Amino acid sequence: MQKYSIFNLVKNAFSNHENWDLAWKDPTPKEEYDVVIIGGGGHGLATAYYLAKEHNITKVAIIEKGWIGGGNVGRNTTIIRSNYMHDENGLFSEFGMDLWRKMSQDLNYNVMFSPRGIINLAHSDAQMNAYARRGNSMRLNGIDAVLLNREQVKEIIPMADFSENVRFPIFGGLMQPSAGTARHDAVAWGYARQADYMGVDIIQNCEVIGFDVSAGKIKGIRTSRGNIKAKKVGLCVAGSTNILAEKLNMTLPIETHLLQACVSEPVKPVLDSVVTFGAGHFYVSQSDKGEMVMGGDLDGYNSYAQRGNLPTLQHVLTEGIAMMPFLSKLKMLRTWGGIMDMSMDGSPIIDKTHIEGLYLNCGWCYGGFKATPASGWTFAHTIAQDRVHELNAGYSLNRFRTGNLIDEKGLGTKTWIS
Amino acid sequence: MLYINCPHCGMRSQNEFSYGGDASVKRPELNKEVSDQEWDDFVYNRKSLRGKHLELWQHISGCRQWIKVERDTATHEIFRTFKADEEVA
Repeated sequence: MQKYSIFNLVKNAFSNHENWDLAWKDPTPKEEYDVVIIGGGGHGLATAYYLAKEHNITKVAIIEKGWIGGGNVGRNTTIIRSNYMHDENGLFSEFGMDLWRKMSQDLNYNVMFSPRGIINLAHSDAQMNAYARRGNSMRLNGIDAVLLNREQVKEIIPMADFSENVRFPIFGGLMQPSAGTARHDAVAWGYARQADYMGVDIIQNCEVIGFDVSAGKIKGIRTSRGNIKAKKVGLCVAGSTNILAEKLNMTLPIETHLLQACVSEPVKPVLDSVVTFGAGHFYVSQSDKGEMVMGGDLDGYNSYAQRGNLPTLQHVLTEGIAMMPFLSKLKMLRTWGGIMDMSMDGSPIIDKTHIEGLYLNCGWCYGGFKATPASGWTFAHTIAQDRVHELNAGYSLNRFRTGNLIDEKGLGTKTWIS
Repeated sequence: MLYINCPHCGMRSQNEFSYGGDASVKRPELNKEVSDQEWDDFVYNRKSLRGKHLELWQHISGCRQWIKVERDTATHEIFRTFKADEEVA
């Protein structure tokens, strides 16, 4: 594999950049693999990469129905953070933050990680108290957190509405300075390129149509491009989890819902951090191109449509304009939707299943993108060692039955609880 | 925008409704031993079908009745609506 560097860039300039190696190959499926990962999104690609890198398992295939990076890793709002209160989420996400910081070097691919900080706005004294509590919990887990008062918030985001007579005045906020954003597509491509280099087969345009299970053990999968034998199979299919679960006769604590996002026309630099509205569900950041990247609530009903309806978008942007009135002057450039695997407690599942050799990675709700490296790392460990790592031990499938829910915000499938 | 034909009020926009999830889920019967698995299935586990899906909605800004809606989760097409206690064939 050609290393991406200034020297290779200059060298290839002499041949008009026509002689670069392909970033990844297009292999035909082999008859058998040690591990088959279903789903060529961020999590699936990261899992394959860490299987090869950390566990030396390279007889691996990624099976993707469409093209890699075409699902939620290409549809998110690129926010990376670990500002969680509960230990399970905090420690898992902070482990991921460390992988994010090293990712561009590790993958030899510029993922444009930009730790610009995230601010959760507070709109009441009670909310400030709750944020102080969450901030303290974060710091106990080694995560950076700063409680900001109104004046401090005003210094960072003067364009927000700080007038006195608004419905939701800004009292202050909780900031995680090390949080930020990254170039989402580069994350998928960087993982794909390295995984391919280490021997992983990335098989695109290949739909899984069934599973071969006998005596409670996975034997392989049936696909639109033939049967593939596999010792182990990992599911990383986000919004399609329920569809594959049905083929396995499993019913999961997951519902598939639609989440929209949008960007405005590009404008000059105005916002250098990620900001969330505290009296609803709205978040905004500014991309390197100058677009305001915005998102918020689910559409609110089960959906596989990958496209949204306007009432939710209107509701979300109403919150945005309440928070930053200048947004009302901007034209909308694009809106889009993705289908989310919403778990019932709002926290993910990375676990073994009752079928030997079948592993499950799902339930990412609103926060799948930032979890990409940590999810891949822990899922690779779970598959390779056939046991969960302590970082994903809390993300068990049976926690709903045993009552060990991780109700970080109580934001699962139902939007109106928020 | 979805338009839902409320069996009590007629055709209204989705803004008047609130979603209540899978209508095929049955609460375990009272006065009998209920296993953890049965509670788990009732409270948490969902099929979340792609295609025709029978679901509950509440006409929260209208007659406030709960209704059943048969909707396609891939196309958003609404086929039929029922009163909450109506049996769906």
